[in-house]
Amino acid sequence: MTIATLDKKSFVVIKLDTFINKIYILCPKGANILDIIKTEKLTKKFDGFTAVDNISFSVKKGEIFGFLGPNGAGKTTTIKMLITLLNPTSGSAQVADYDILKNRDKVRKNIGVVFQDPALDTELTGRENLDFHARMYGLSRETRKERIDDVLNLVDLDNKKNEYVKNYSGGMKRRLEIARGLMHFPTVLFLDEPTLGLDSQTRRAIWDYIRKMNKDEDTTIFLTTHYMDEADYLCDRIGIIDQGKILVIDSTENLKNSIGNDVITLSCSDLDKLVIRLKKESWVKKVKQHDSFLTIGVERGEEKIPKIFEIAQSQNIKITSISVGKPTLDDVFLYFTGRSIRDQEVAIPQKEVLSLSPRRA
Amino acid sequence: MRGLELQAIYVMWLRQMKRFLRFKSRILATFIQPLFFLAIFGSGFRNIEIPGMESDYIFFFAPGIVAMSVMFSSMFAGISILWDKQFGFLQEVLVAPVSRFSIIIGRTLGGATTAIIQGSIILLIIFGFGIPFPTPFGFIMTLLFMVLIAFTAVGFGLVIASKMRDMQSYPIIMNLVIMPLLLVSSAFFPLSNLPKEAFYATLINPLFYMVDGLRGSLIGVDNIYPPLLDFGILLIICLVVMSIGSYLFSKSEV
Repeated sequence: MTIATLDKKSFVVIKLDTFINKIYILCPKGANILDIIKTEKLTKKFDGFTAVDNISFSVKKGEIFGFLGPNGAGKTTTIKMLITLLNPTSGSAQVADYDILKNRDKVRKNIGVVFQDPALDTELTGRENLDFHARMYGLSRETRKERIDDVLNLVDLDNKKNEYVKNYSGGMKRRLEIARGLMHFPTVLFLDEPTLGLDSQTRRAIWDYIRKMNKDEDTTIFLTTHYMDEADYLCDRIGIIDQGKILVIDSTENLKNSIGNDVITLSCSDLDKLVIRLKKESWVKKVKQHDSFLTIGVERGEEKIPKIFEIAQSQNIKITSISVGKPTLDDVFLYFTGRSIRDQEVAIPQKEVLSLSPRRA
Repeated sequence: MRGLELQAIYVMWLRQMKRFLRFKSRILATFIQPLFFLAIFGSGFRNIEIPGMESDYIFFFAPGIVAMSVMFSSMFAGISILWDKQFGFLQEVLVAPVSRFSIIIGRTLGGATTAIIQGSIILLIIFGFGIPFPTPFGFIMTLLFMVLIAFTAVGFGLVIASKMRDMQSYPIIMNLVIMPLLLVSSAFFPLSNLPKEAFYATLINPLFYMVDGLRGSLIGVDNIYPPLLDFGILLIICLVVMSIGSYLFSKSEV
């Protein structure tokens, strides 16, 4: 068998070190044999407040995995534990097969990080920021030079490399940080809210860079976001996290399909009664009652609206509003948490006051 | 692995140097203040007879100025790690596969180097004011004292930085801790005029050994202890402060 003829894109090479020699196993990609990140009941408490509560999940090689949740859900705390900046209160996690507590340095060598807040030295040039980073990860002089050009090209910053970072725009800084995260060929790149505070055009560009490096460099990506569209556009799989707990993990498609092809949202005079009645209908895939409205997952929603009216009328229930739409991640989030992610944004100031530790999101 | 740690030290040092050389206004500011002190105090008090002082006032005062400028600039280097914290750069450094100890060493070396460069220039200015060149032994001791002062002050800066949230408390520390200590360090006037009890109290002031040692090495008059004794005591202080500083830094969470 000649390895050279194998298509690199469709196979992963797994190396097993044994006492005698090294054995290489080739297996089709998508076989999901390698978990790049694996956590087991990971928990972090700050002064009695549980920021991350018993979460277990895994991220597979080559995928873009996203944590979706409101501010304060525990996303950044989870990342900080995985990148060895915070020690978990209990539970364990492996990154690239290394334990985050026992093999700190090995973990660090295998990860790239783009923090939520910019972490560049603005008094240095873009090139110097990358060069300093590369030195600290032990890259040789030739590799450094080549790699700096490579990553700068990837994010289209080649013509700005000798300018001071303080003269960069917000989007350029983000791109430089992404380039820096990739410098040392990490197995997995962590992106904490990669497009926070950027305008929509720049966000779109950053998304494309993220996709590009996932493809070109074959880098596994773990990102957190509270933007629905970002999670929808980028992620292969999503974990919805709220108040330190993972509510569900699945592919973006499955999540949307799980609540029906169409989602009908309605409010009426007697929610309880209508829910009981609707649950008896075979065409209702899912129905969930919220404070003042219902969400109903169905096939071919526009045909179901008259049916719902008929049912309501027969029960003497008055429908006050009704709408039908394709399920978005917003609906998914609403379905699993009972709140819209935007409702929570508004509720945040109160939560921030209650929370004791700063910079936890 | 060892090579990686050396690279980290080098990077942290190089970063300090680059930032130092690029901040022209800051370099200028560090010279202006000691120059003012020297010119105004030095010439203003020149003809005043101060009991317990054998030399000219400007001779007496010059070592204090050198000690002060090295100390202020390296303490600032230590505390400015807070800026890295505030601007997020510290996270980037801490997530690299190098030990925090190397980061501290590099940072300390960088801060000390810039402080010693500044101190040396002040030293040249002092010779320009007519202070005679010391003996070779005195000169070497002067340089060694500058190094020791720099390291102690960076260490002290690190201790403060790990206990402070942001740079806003920096002026408070300067005014409430450093200025009083500087006033009773014998930098400005001889301590022999103080009451006996007050004099003994100053013996626990690290700044006293910095100024007294530098005076003994540079001028050789009016110092209370021989430079080598000052040096020994300051070395112990330096090691203690540096270890506390690096311990606290390594334990601090970002």
